[in-house]
Amino acid sequence: MRKISKSLFVLTILVFLFSTPLLAENEGKIDKTTLFKWSIIIGGGALGVAACVGAYAQSRAIQKACEGISRNPGGAPHIRFALIFGLVLIETLVIYVLLVAIIIFFVKWGKYI
Amino acid sequence: MEEFEHSLFIVELFNKIFSPPLVYLLNLLGIKVTNPEKLIPPHVVMSIIVMIFLILFFGLSSRKLKIFPTPLQSILELIIEAFESLLVDVIGEEGKKYLPLVGTLGLFIFFSNILGLIPGFMSPTSNLNVPVGCAVVAFIYYHWQGVKKHGFLGYLKQFAGPIPLLAPLIIPIELISHFSRPLSLSLRLFGNIFGEELLILIIASLFPFILPLPFMALAIFTGLVQAFVFVVLTTIYIAGAIASEH
Repeated sequence: MRKISKSLFVLTILVFLFSTPLLAENEGKIDKTTLFKWSIIIGGGALGVAACVGAYAQSRAIQKACEGISRNPGGAPHIRFALIFGLVLIETLVIYVLLVAIIIFFVKWGKYI
Repeated sequence: MEEFEHSLFIVELFNKIFSPPLVYLLNLLGIKVTNPEKLIPPHVVMSIIVMIFLILFFGLSSRKLKIFPTPLQSILELIIEAFESLLVDVIGEEGKKYLPLVGTLGLFIFFSNILGLIPGFMSPTSNLNVPVGCAVVAFIYYHWQGVKKHGFLGYLKQFAGPIPLLAPLIIPIELISHFSRPLSLSLRLFGNIFGEELLILIIASLFPFILPLPFMALAIFTGLVQAFVFVVLTTIYIAGAIASEH
């Protein structure tokens, strides 16, 4: 199962990689509406991917911290400190993507064409 | 994103009172003011409000200290002890002398984050300039402490790593890691607070007054955690700067 999902993931990435130049060749000159459309799609899509990966990473961190606390309740304060710290650092990466998405949305693309 | 900001009553009042003397002073220096109505931006006004609150509240309540503390004094002592125990945990017993800067940064950021939840105010940290200011202060401070501890050349030697042969490889990595610290500190704080306010705004536009309440309760927690993380990271950077080589 794991192997199949891994190869599927690689395949999707490859398709995306090779399809972009093909799409770009067709359009000689990009007009404004396509740029707006693509900026919205890319901003939302990037935020979605980042939120998925961040949620997975946070769930892993919380799972391991709960296991650690249940094995050794005496170390709970230290584990909680590290957990909150790590959760915030993971969250930060998603927030970076949010900032990038907001910038993509709100840039006045009309100026740069 | 200036078209999304509406003017706040306090900012307008502040501008009405303080902009004529400021315009006069700037004219003396030879700077023409094009828009005197919006001379002082809102985040500056809000950070001045936070500063005045901090100075008045914490300054006045530390005037009359008693051996048997009043309830207010014991709460304040709890805050100070939390900062102190963090410093002692990370740096060691000598970390207590960094309490003033670290505590001030933490309190300022926490009250800045909370201020945005009061209607009619905004968080100064939801503008990029204020977190960058805090992060640059932390950046300069820990380098200064490192130079003070090891001497200038001794501190620079830390960037080269333990093996002289590998120094050309390690120096660029160290430089990049040091300069990415204020960037990540400021962007983390700004992004979290800005994202939180944007979320509350969007939710409030869906269903005003009732639906944003749980998110605002969450925003108190986020503000506390962000201030905590800023303080912890600053403490870790100071500890890394003053650590002696083994």
